[in-house]
Amino acid sequence: MSKFLVSRRTLLGASAALLASTALPRLAFGQDAVKGGRLIVAADSEPRNLNPAIVASNGVFFISSKVIEPLAEASFDGENGLAPRLATAWEGSADGLSATFTLREGVTWHDGKPFTSEDVAFSALQVWKPLQNLGRLVFANLESVDTPDPLTAIFRFSKPTPFQLIRNALPATTSVLPKHLYDGTDIAENPANAKLVGTGPFKFTEYKPGEYYLLSRNETYWGEGEPNLDEILYRVLPDRAAAASALEAEEIQLAAFSAVPLADLERIGKVEGIEVIANGYEGLTYQLVVEINHRTEQLANLKVRQAIAHAIDKKFVVDTIFLGYARAATGIVPQNAPEFYDVSVPQYEFDVDKANALLDEAGYARGADGTRFTLRLLPAPYFNETAQFGAYLRQALAAVGIDAQIANNDSAAHQQAVYTDHAFDIAVAPPVFRGDPAISTTILVRTATAEGVPFSNQGGYSNPAVDKLIDEALVTVDEKARTSLYNQFQQAVAEDLPLINVAEWGFITVARTSVHNVSNNPRWAVSNWADTWIES
Amino acid sequence: MQRSGKLVIRRLIGSIPVLLIVLVGTFFLLELASGDAVDAYLASSGGGDAGLVQTLRADWGLDQSPLTRLGLYLWNIAHLDFGHSVLLNRPILDVVLERLPNTLLLMGSAVALSFGIGSLLGIVAGSRPGSVRDRLLSIGSLALYAVPSFWLGLVLVVVFSVQLRWLPLSGIETLASGKAGFDRAWDILRHLVLPVGALALIYLALYLRLMRTGMVEVWRQDFVLAARAKGLSRHRIVWRHVARNALLPLITMLGLQSATMLGGSVVIESVFSIPGLGRLAQEAVSGRDTPLLMGIIVISAMLVIVTNLIVDVVYAMLDPRVGASEASA
Repeated sequence: MSKFLVSRRTLLGASAALLASTALPRLAFGQDAVKGGRLIVAADSEPRNLNPAIVASNGVFFISSKVIEPLAEASFDGENGLAPRLATAWEGSADGLSATFTLREGVTWHDGKPFTSEDVAFSALQVWKPLQNLGRLVFANLESVDTPDPLTAIFRFSKPTPFQLIRNALPATTSVLPKHLYDGTDIAENPANAKLVGTGPFKFTEYKPGEYYLLSRNETYWGEGEPNLDEILYRVLPDRAAAASALEAEEIQLAAFSAVPLADLERIGKVEGIEVIANGYEGLTYQLVVEINHRTEQLANLKVRQAIAHAIDKKFVVDTIFLGYARAATGIVPQNAPEFYDVSVPQYEFDVDKANALLDEAGYARGADGTRFTLRLLPAPYFNETAQFGAYLRQALAAVGIDAQIANNDSAAHQQAVYTDHAFDIAVAPPVFRGDPAISTTILVRTATAEGVPFSNQGGYSNPAVDKLIDEALVTVDEKARTSLYNQFQQAVAEDLPLINVAEWGFITVARTSVHNVSNNPRWAVSNWADTWIES
Repeated sequence: MQRSGKLVIRRLIGSIPVLLIVLVGTFFLLELASGDAVDAYLASSGGGDAGLVQTLRADWGLDQSPLTRLGLYLWNIAHLDFGHSVLLNRPILDVVLERLPNTLLLMGSAVALSFGIGSLLGIVAGSRPGSVRDRLLSIGSLALYAVPSFWLGLVLVVVFSVQLRWLPLSGIETLASGKAGFDRAWDILRHLVLPVGALALIYLALYLRLMRTGMVEVWRQDFVLAARAKGLSRHRIVWRHVARNALLPLITMLGLQSATMLGGSVVIESVFSIPGLGRLAQEAVSGRDTPLLMGIIVISAMLVIVTNLIVDVVYAMLDPRVGASEASA
């Protein structure tokens, strides 16, 4: 066992090979799953609203996905990368105007009421479409949901809606709520948003603010013999150093979402009984992006944007900032999305001379002090790595004569400065690729229609050709044609550089080796953990 | 006793303008910080559209002007209604009262411990000013005082929780353990050892230095000379005459310290994951939850006012000169 761990670690350190989609689900080495036990995991935030049907974010899913289930979950080996959950089959019509879901039989809510197509129809029309941060985009054209029988739900759209998009959005956007608890109430303020009621393998038992969330086994779960664990306890640990110490002291058994800082991984990976796991996040790829304010005169010039792209040493960023736990980006669609990923887009290799030449060509000669012009640089505060990359970017730009002045803000101030006031020239952002470019990626470059929307194009970029591709792909039902539109889209973005993609990363899970069935799907941390078990 | 009563009433009336200044000041400080509660929420939930942004601002009452919001808030506070936290989606009074005991327990024990041990060591150091014992204690306590509290906390955790595994790592008690009565009290006590230790070791220096300096001053007084001339034993002079008189400034310090309760606990509460007021205040600031922060500040301010009142009353009892001058002024 320990020999395996050493080789595993070497592999991790040596290359990003493990980050590839060819993930290695941790095998149980022939051991039988043990029933029972309490799994204690670190939680670093306490979301205001725990309802995943309203707030589709990883912080919410981390806890709520064990209680409330989507129609389908991401999978390493399932067809189209999906495994059935509340739906057992799904099919889109040829005209893109309807999608039919066959629902699972014999499922009951935690309060004993049966789960039916009425719940799905209610969730889709009353929650996902009007209230959910991602669903507002994905289900924008959803008109009605027919429920011919309790196990069939037929979604009807007002405009052709590609089933490819709906399918890719299933894991993140289709958490089903119990209609009988929400119907006729103020959904956003319903008490069940804090004390969740779902169909999942675990029931929501207790929340003590500032201390813990306790989930306990759902005895009537539809999955045969599942779940294995009796309880999951989320222990709130706000301090960055706390998760690592707690793992070492065996007070927690698992820390997901890189709760253990990258710099600590090498040390903690050597501790007996602790394992560092880099897979299980393939479906939640974070992208390190330089956002550009195209209202700034110098940055409106393509040559300047190309020069900035050439000035960034992506290999340095991956090796030094991410300590190898990331890989260099090639474009706006990450390599973890093989369905859409286009390898042939133009690349901007690290070349300081070329960057200097481009800036000279653009007409920004160096002044007497060696500086061409000054920019305001706002790194997002959400991750250590975004802040560190901000510091690196300042150095990299200094080498080509651009003086980038860093302003570090906390999240609320950053949000307002970049996405409402546009008081920046370049910013560092960590957007998420969620399985389909239409969910949360095209919004980064499409001409903006409103201010204040986080993780959207607030740099004033507007390119009719790009907009046309995005809008067309949104109503193109044929998968091949749609994928080809996204290939053209990737080309156009790489040529025109509305933003610069630098790196792509997934998070790291650190767990005691006594925990099994960890990271066995591409969204593991935010999936239901029904098969996870712990040695007693 | 009547004198004390007058003092209490005068102080309570005098504290109302103080509270008002604190409230208005906090409101505008947080208003000056860019970004509001909706920005903080969106940044944490990731994504949305323009309609969502507008709906949230309207729902959370952030679409009104700052002055309207301040007026409304003060009106509610005057009726003892602390309002609703947008960050936690719960009534603010509930949240604050839930966290208050933890902070009081943590800070109360730390202050008591540092006061007790600090003054004792101060007497030891001050009984022979300039001796080796005095030098060692002074340098040692200063070194502890210079150490950042988070660092000391982390070191204690690594040694006693991770390496030796003698004490629990963090939290105020074992989570969801179902313990009750004596078992629970013992559990909480074990959890408090490290955070209280970390805080007390740092504040220790304050009391030690104050006590020692006070004693050095008192040694030079005529009545000490008289006591020595009387032929009293050194031991008796130290305890009966010098230490007693040097104790008064420490009581003042104790009152002042209650004001730093909140500040000092932010770091320790984070390092040890203790759900207290300090951590809540920090979350309120980063979430731009103005009403929550103001609720915390009002309740802490009241706490500080009451503590200082108690200190003044005690002081007036110990030193008749103080109370007399205040009550007749």
